[in-house]
Amino acid sequence: MSVQVLTFLIVGASFLLYIGIAIWARAGSTTDFYVAGGGVPPVLNGMATAADWMSAASFISMAGLISFMGYDGAVYLMGWTGGYVLLALCLAPYLRKFGKFTVPDFIGDRYYSQTARTVAVICAIIVCFTYVIGQMRGVGVVFSRFLEVDITTGVIIGMGIVFFYTVLGGMKGITYTQVAQFCVLIFAYLVPAVFISIMVTGHILPMTGFGATLADGSGVHLLDKLDGLSTSLGFNEYTSGTKSMIDVFAITFALMVGTAGLPHVIVRFFTVPKVSDARKSAGWALAFIALLYTTAPALAAFARVNMIETINGTEQTGTLLTETPGWITTWKETGLISHEDKNGDGRMFYSGDERNEMSIDRDIMVLANPEIAGLPAWVIALVAAGGVAAALSTSAGLLLVISTSVSHDLLKKTFAPNISDKKELLSARIAAGVAICIAGYFGVHPPGYVAAVVAFAFGLAASSFFPVIIMGIFSKRMNNHGAVSGMISGMIFTMTYIIYFKFVAPELNTSENWLFGISPEGIGTIGMLVNFIVAFVVFKMTKESPQEIQDLVESIRFPKGAGEASAH
Amino acid sequence: MSFKNENDQKAYWKENLSILFKLLAVWFVVSFGAGILFVEQLNNIHFFGFKLGFWFAQQGAIYVFVALIFIYMKLMNSLDKKYGVEEE
Repeated sequence: MSVQVLTFLIVGASFLLYIGIAIWARAGSTTDFYVAGGGVPPVLNGMATAADWMSAASFISMAGLISFMGYDGAVYLMGWTGGYVLLALCLAPYLRKFGKFTVPDFIGDRYYSQTARTVAVICAIIVCFTYVIGQMRGVGVVFSRFLEVDITTGVIIGMGIVFFYTVLGGMKGITYTQVAQFCVLIFAYLVPAVFISIMVTGHILPMTGFGATLADGSGVHLLDKLDGLSTSLGFNEYTSGTKSMIDVFAITFALMVGTAGLPHVIVRFFTVPKVSDARKSAGWALAFIALLYTTAPALAAFARVNMIETINGTEQTGTLLTETPGWITTWKETGLISHEDKNGDGRMFYSGDERNEMSIDRDIMVLANPEIAGLPAWVIALVAAGGVAAALSTSAGLLLVISTSVSHDLLKKTFAPNISDKKELLSARIAAGVAICIAGYFGVHPPGYVAAVVAFAFGLAASSFFPVIIMGIFSKRMNNHGAVSGMISGMIFTMTYIIYFKFVAPELNTSENWLFGISPEGIGTIGMLVNFIVAFVVFKMTKESPQEIQDLVESIRFPKGAGEASAH
Repeated sequence: MSFKNENDQKAYWKENLSILFKLLAVWFVVSFGAGILFVEQLNNIHFFGFKLGFWFAQQGAIYVFVALIFIYMKLMNSLDKKYGVEEE
């Protein structure tokens, strides 16, 4: 069977599975729709959280990025996992005990302020929208490459599936579909990685193959070979980076804190029955995420060696154009690889200096990897299904936060407090539908700055949500004025910095012009500090929080008496 | 009030914070310490074919993160029991 037929079959089967689960797990009440009735077992919630978190970017782009960045890729690896430690130790159990539906709920109640709630809702909506646009685009790319439909059709199919199970099932439908999607995506990621690891190093586990000697009998370690290749081709040594230490530090920190502050991740911990389950489920979530995140850097290194060797040949003289490998021809059609025979020798050559004749898009590494390594067609089809699963699961989680923010935080808590449960549920469904259409529109007509806005999502979460939630739990006396002014100043500082360097003066976006040498990707770290400092100063000048709020904070600090998450 | 008295409540929170700070110290040392600040020094040491600093940055820190959360879970569950504030 051809790759295309197999891809149709495997992706189609996965869609049927998701739809079946959605019908089985329909939501009957707002509690079902917002927090899956609060009855999700912790291990399953861990899987759902992992799928929710691992997006098209983690699945499709991350290994490719690392493959081109070498050591510097560690900012993503540590940044996007270390945040879970903060989440598990400092946020999740307390927010679960608090027992409400959303992050703005916590901020609004803890700081007894409608302004705080509104600022939080706006942040949540901006963060989720910037994120979801990239996901829809990811679905489109996978479809257009593997099913040979155009991107628009791909996005519309993806929208249809997400619409079906988000609108019908709410959090309950999403949770159980995400469990299935996790299984699909992790299987699809590990299978080619294991194959390639065996081929390159003879190790079954990519994590140990990463440091092993090559299987070609030369006795050379993979990483030493890669360092040697990289320097001889005019790149930096693979195991050392090009970014400055302070920038690596700041980016890693901003990604960690941003991860811990992302509303679609936090809300997953409202779905488990008990506080102790929230702790446990964070552990499982990270364990499941770590499976992919420890494989990714290994895959990146294997892919790098394979790619250099297929393009430059084992003798490093370049491969004859007449012998161009099939995967290069296929990907050339998508425009993601191109070659220009600059020295006219009829050969391809890839390097980091003037000899280079190739331009290669980083995003194709994971998708092209099975082809580069010459794996069977069903593996290629599986990778396509995995990429779609990763994009769909994350989109659904984000869209749910958007719809909850509109129906619960804005409508129920702000504009129409007397709305019935039934009407609130209907409005949540309508909001989810509208959000999917907007996301789909941007997926088809992506704004040119999709990559740049990712810095936005993390910067905003790091500089707005994280500090106020931390202060809300660990300081009983922190008051509404402190929190609101901290949140607003942290956010404005971070947004201004990113907008200036990414949109107003992109030509100045170099390390000499950066504040303390910190790039816009890492500025959320400073934004967070600004938030803490402003909040503290304003707090010192105003009255501390009232007694009933201090009692509330006292009560979320121990597990006993945690009920189901509720609206009241 | 779920604690027997106010002293218990204070002591529980104090022990909670002490667990938290110890684990976060480990979190900081393996990632920002070994993976970033001291990466060059550690890269002189070889570890199963990896340069040690590089290994921490791309593998080791992640394993430690997972372990930290499970250790936290264990410690907190027994702390809850000790003070009688676990869930039914």
